[in-house]
Amino acid sequence: MSRVLVGVKRVIDYAVKIRVKPDNSGVVTDGVKHSMNPFCEIAVEEAVRLKEKKFISEVVAVSCGPAQATETIRTALAMGCDRGIHVEVSGKDYESLGPLQVSKIFAALAKKEEASLVILGKQAIDDDCNQTGQMTAALLDWPQGTFASEVEITGDKVKVVREIDGGLETIKINMPAVLTADLRLNTPRYATLPNIMKAKKKKIANVKPADLGVDIVSRACRGTEWDTVGSLYEQWRSRSEHGALVF
Amino acid sequence: MTFTWRPARRLLASLVQSRTIITENKFNKAGLERAIPAFRSVCGDGGVSLSEAVREQHGRDESVHRCCPPDVVVWPRCVEEVSALAKICRHHCLPIIPFGTGTGLEGGVGAVEGGVCFSLRNMDRVLDVHQEDFDVTVEPGVTRKGLNSYLRDTGLWFPVDPGADASICGMAATSASGTNAVRYGTMRENVLNLEVVLADGTVIHTAGRGRRTRKTSAGYNLTNLFVGSEGTLGLITKTTLRLYGVPEAMVSAVCTFPSVQAAVDSTVQILQAGVPIARIEFLDDVMIDACNRFNSLSYPVAPTLFLEFHGSEKSLEEQVTVTEEITRDNSGSDFNWARDAETRGRLWKARHDAWYAALALRPGCKAYSTDVCVPLSHLPQIIVETKEDLVRNRLTGPIAGHVGDGNFHCLMVLDPNDPDEVTRVHEFTERLARRALALDGTCTGEHGVGLGKRALLREEMGPLAIEVMQGLKATLDPKNLMNPGKVL
Repeated sequence: MSRVLVGVKRVIDYAVKIRVKPDNSGVVTDGVKHSMNPFCEIAVEEAVRLKEKKFISEVVAVSCGPAQATETIRTALAMGCDRGIHVEVSGKDYESLGPLQVSKIFAALAKKEEASLVILGKQAIDDDCNQTGQMTAALLDWPQGTFASEVEITGDKVKVVREIDGGLETIKINMPAVLTADLRLNTPRYATLPNIMKAKKKKIANVKPADLGVDIVSRACRGTEWDTVGSLYEQWRSRSEHGALVF
Repeated sequence: MTFTWRPARRLLASLVQSRTIITENKFNKAGLERAIPAFRSVCGDGGVSLSEAVREQHGRDESVHRCCPPDVVVWPRCVEEVSALAKICRHHCLPIIPFGTGTGLEGGVGAVEGGVCFSLRNMDRVLDVHQEDFDVTVEPGVTRKGLNSYLRDTGLWFPVDPGADASICGMAATSASGTNAVRYGTMRENVLNLEVVLADGTVIHTAGRGRRTRKTSAGYNLTNLFVGSEGTLGLITKTTLRLYGVPEAMVSAVCTFPSVQAAVDSTVQILQAGVPIARIEFLDDVMIDACNRFNSLSYPVAPTLFLEFHGSEKSLEEQVTVTEEITRDNSGSDFNWARDAETRGRLWKARHDAWYAALALRPGCKAYSTDVCVPLSHLPQIIVETKEDLVRNRLTGPIAGHVGDGNFHCLMVLDPNDPDEVTRVHEFTERLARRALALDGTCTGEHGVGLGKRALLREEMGPLAIEVMQGLKATLDPKNLMNPGKVL
């Protein structure tokens, strides 16, 4: 049968009052309660339910980050995932880690683990990027069912009801596919003590991005500032080719 | 119609004047004015407010008692500030009213003699979660749902569920209970230790600082003295709680019965069969009808039990089987049960929305909840007699109850501008309370005494016990500054 990869991100807990650091370089994270991103919880819950309904045989929880990311993976294991993969990224690399690099990692893992589904939360509550799922699907050239509020598997196809601006859209996509979980997909279970105990015995593999052939160096460059709209427009006109913007 | 100003009439007066805001300051106004700069030096300028809107907000809770705003509201940030503020209040003879979330149902936060409201919501840390010891310590600004959300990764939870998202320390102060009490107990059984600021600013730990054992026989039980004291003996600034493991699985069920007797008999038999049932809630036919209309449901309009079971998968199967058999033996029908979170939610929606469904029966009216509790064996009798009383006096009072504890609430829906109805409701609640007392019960199972039940407390306890209580109060608060006008 098939294997599902679920992405889980460790973020500042949603109930915490965020404070900005005195030097304005970021938010205070030291000593602040962290937990699994709420949309990732919904993704894990959906994957575990699919396994309980016997559509898939194994759920693998994946998290990219420093050592503490293993706590988040343990929570996913306590919710019912079978094993975990911790992709270790720390320090400056972690500060600049964004959806593009994470999706490269997920794409590499999806191929390596021969996954038939990658389920992610639709976005993380710290950066609200809402890009990783979509980028992962593009890199793998897989169909994507994003903002899922209902998922149904029949054979090797997935029916996804998506929450979109105009209402609900139902699509049928082939597996392998990438899904991202929206709020109303399900109500995640609480991790119970017996399951937390069992989770301690489940395996978490440790890999580095380089092991997967992924280069996570960020190529985002600083922008330029102009004083007036006019000077911006001049720069733009002089750089454009055939009316297209080139940098 | 004339009414004399007896304490028992306070509810009547409160309802009639529910829109009037009165500030009474029997105490020394000059003292208050001298105290305010002192408050500011403790809490900072932002921690003290004299604005009318803020004071009004802190003078009412979710009861029908009229708003009694304090003269000033202060927001201490730590127990040292609470102690300093208490000393200032003592020096100037100003009443102290603790305020958590304002979700009480008995007017406990009303500043009936004016004074200083200590709003504790800025002290909102969860301290010291001890996963292996199943305990946690919280400050007054932490609410029940906030705590459970904080604990969700640990596999532990705090099951006492009074419905509202109340402050945990407030729940300790009112000895709150909830739908889960039949299995997990009330605050009395689940508070291990308290940090309390007394009327003179002294800070004590009722079981000793940092102590959190599951059992103790050390000295007088000070912890349970303060649990339920409703702010009249001291201000609770930390509560150490007993936690429980999150149940592995939950099943909810609903079952209809031909009579109240059948429903309550089933309850008694379920408990006697040793089923560790987590929630067992009773809704009478009037209540079910209200819920059907409010939520567009179609439950049969008859006495109904809502049940919830917690446990491992295997034990749940057994529990549900045994229960279903018992309900069938008592002519129960339409036994529906659900396992997954969403269906369980739908099944229980009727019970969760009971208060609003009752209010929706008569839009524009207010609701008042009675709160008597009797030994289980007397429950059928008191409910049947109460329903007869309601019909005889043309009152709207759908019944919802925690039958597993012998506790039930009549949600009295009344028009506060109709003095005749107000009187009839008031007299009904007094009759109900006395009926419960006559059946070895109590006038308040979980809401507390607050403003409106002080006379009933005297009847319930008897003069000698009340004297002991008054003695304790006089020892701990000789100037009667701690939440005056409540409980005694």
